[in-house]
Amino acid sequence: MSDKTYSLVEAVNLALARAMADDENVVVLGEDVGVNGGVFRATLGLRERFGRKRVIDTPLAETMLGGLAVGMAAQGLKPVVEIQFMGFIYAAMEHLVSHASRLRNRTRGRLSCPLVMRTPMGAGIRAPEHHSESTEALFAHIPGLRVVVPSSPARAYGLLLAAIDDPDPVLFLEPTRLYRMNPQPLQDDGQRLPLDSCFTLREGQDLTLVSWGASVHETLQAAARLAEQGVEAEVIDVACLKPLDLDTLEASLRKTGRCVIVHEAPRSGGLGGEIAASLYERAWLDLRAPIQRVTAPDIPPPLYRLEQLYLPGVEDILAACETVLDYA
Amino acid sequence: MHDPAIPFTRFLDPDGRPCAALPPCADDAELLERLYRQMVLTRLFDQKAVALQRTGRIGTFAQGLGQEAIGVALGAALRPDDVLVPYYRDTGVQLMRGARMEEVLLYWGGDERGSAFADPLAREDFPICVPIATQALHACGVAAAMRIRDQHRAVATTCGDGATSKGDFLEALNVAGAWQLPVVFIINNNQWAISVPRSLQCGAPTLAQKAVGAGIPGEQVDGNDVLAVYTRIQAALERARQGKGPTLIECLSYRLSDHTTADDASRYRPNEEVSAAWAREPIKRLQAFLASRGNWNEQREQDLIEHCQAQLQLAVERFERIGEPDPDQVFEHLYQRWPTPLAEQREQMRERVARRGGQAHE
Repeated sequence: MSDKTYSLVEAVNLALARAMADDENVVVLGEDVGVNGGVFRATLGLRERFGRKRVIDTPLAETMLGGLAVGMAAQGLKPVVEIQFMGFIYAAMEHLVSHASRLRNRTRGRLSCPLVMRTPMGAGIRAPEHHSESTEALFAHIPGLRVVVPSSPARAYGLLLAAIDDPDPVLFLEPTRLYRMNPQPLQDDGQRLPLDSCFTLREGQDLTLVSWGASVHETLQAAARLAEQGVEAEVIDVACLKPLDLDTLEASLRKTGRCVIVHEAPRSGGLGGEIAASLYERAWLDLRAPIQRVTAPDIPPPLYRLEQLYLPGVEDILAACETVLDYA
Repeated sequence: MHDPAIPFTRFLDPDGRPCAALPPCADDAELLERLYRQMVLTRLFDQKAVALQRTGRIGTFAQGLGQEAIGVALGAALRPDDVLVPYYRDTGVQLMRGARMEEVLLYWGGDERGSAFADPLAREDFPICVPIATQALHACGVAAAMRIRDQHRAVATTCGDGATSKGDFLEALNVAGAWQLPVVFIINNNQWAISVPRSLQCGAPTLAQKAVGAGIPGEQVDGNDVLAVYTRIQAALERARQGKGPTLIECLSYRLSDHTTADDASRYRPNEEVSAAWAREPIKRLQAFLASRGNWNEQREQDLIEHCQAQLQLAVERFERIGEPDPDQVFEHLYQRWPTPLAEQREQMRERVARRGGQAHE
């Protein structure tokens, strides 16, 4: 294995370049993705390598980006659209909800929509207003869509390649807080990771910690702290929020009997509730404590002076773990 | 209604008399007969569909009464390898693109198989679009794909006058202009967006001039003069195929019917206005022109109507012979790569069907 390390945003860039080199139907479009290489540099160098026909700077209009991608995809291209921040994705949402996710179904397979919409998500980088949202639950509610969130450079690389390969629309959410954190060695071998599957990052018998995106890091830190006390937590990165791999989560819960779900998004209507309800339906007799959620409160992400207040921290996760471990 | 800076084309006055130098297509007797026959078929299809809705055999239906010239002219101007991205009042053009009458009935009869289009001619065409104006952007995406692949094809997309107020429409014009996409935007300005008249929709004298801000040509045609609509759409599509960029064509027409079968236009629209509009409708206009050239008479009209009615009867019979959809279809086409996590829900749905004795409904 090469020693070269990649941050998450560099892994995204690597996967985009690999996908474009392997399949001429892959095109990248968005605001500032061409000459500028994207505001986070996720598309750096692609324009020089693949040309302006395939790396397209668009007018500043998110609804247009959603609609264009639907039309391109229906023609058999594989558009990878960048929405500059998740806070601006809502204008494109109608095209995801009403068209991209439904085109195959409403034409009984005659037309399809193999598009990927990428967007940075989440708080914690002292960004301006509307640059820190985690509204994945809005999208995970949409039948026909896949919603994927990587939590490491390797998973960003393998999952993005799988998302671009996928014959149906995928929303690919990239946690900005992880963009430049902990670079890892990575082989540019084109290896895809499975969609529709959780990743078990750490095995344990005593309780199950479930998270995705940037919160996976605090969750892993909490697990390390528990291990110091002799408590072995299983840590599962959900990674694919739609559809949910409930089988993996259920199997873990049946083993540990205790579960804490951690997410950065606000609590009400968040996916923690969906996961908890599904686990209760499937496995409540194996539960040894009520499932706990550690989430943001039901508030918009505060501007950056109070931003950390919004984010679930290691101590918050440990407190929830203590609650579930306290049940005999 | 007009603006001196926006070109306006009309060849035939409401009585079918030439009112400008006629275009070459006016001498193409075969084409004109085809346009005429197709307009009549479209109107009779609409009547039949409304009757089927009234007797509960299909659901809500949007007819195009009085606007037949627009779809039929577009259908005649499109080439097989062009792509149509329609809205929901487009039966006329859909039938010319190879959508079968029983498929159109199947769609409005509540079955997705109606948009599967068996005919290869319509293979790349979009199904009708219900969310207003969103289709204009899909058309730009299709056109962008053609540009990326250096294809000399064109896209045509339609919408009503109300759609021009939406951001999607304006964003589509904007990107089409910025990228000089091979797309033709066709507005069926039938003067009414359900109950909202054209005068309340927009302060500009024409809808065509919205093209100006996008840097693309915009023009108006008399949408009830099929020669005018055909000539201008034909020219715009050819420009697009040659890489000369997009065009916006506003077709001035009138919605002689309710918005859909679920609407009652008498609640908001004076009868006198509708009666007056009947004097300008497109079918009588072309019929008068054909007759003036000795190419149409009472007998041919009778024969045509009988022929269309027989075709329609057969289509309705085929429609009614199509069996109930398989309940599993609701999951079948949701994803191509079936996600295993959905297996549980599909099983639960099958149990629901079993509880209902194999039926979809209780």
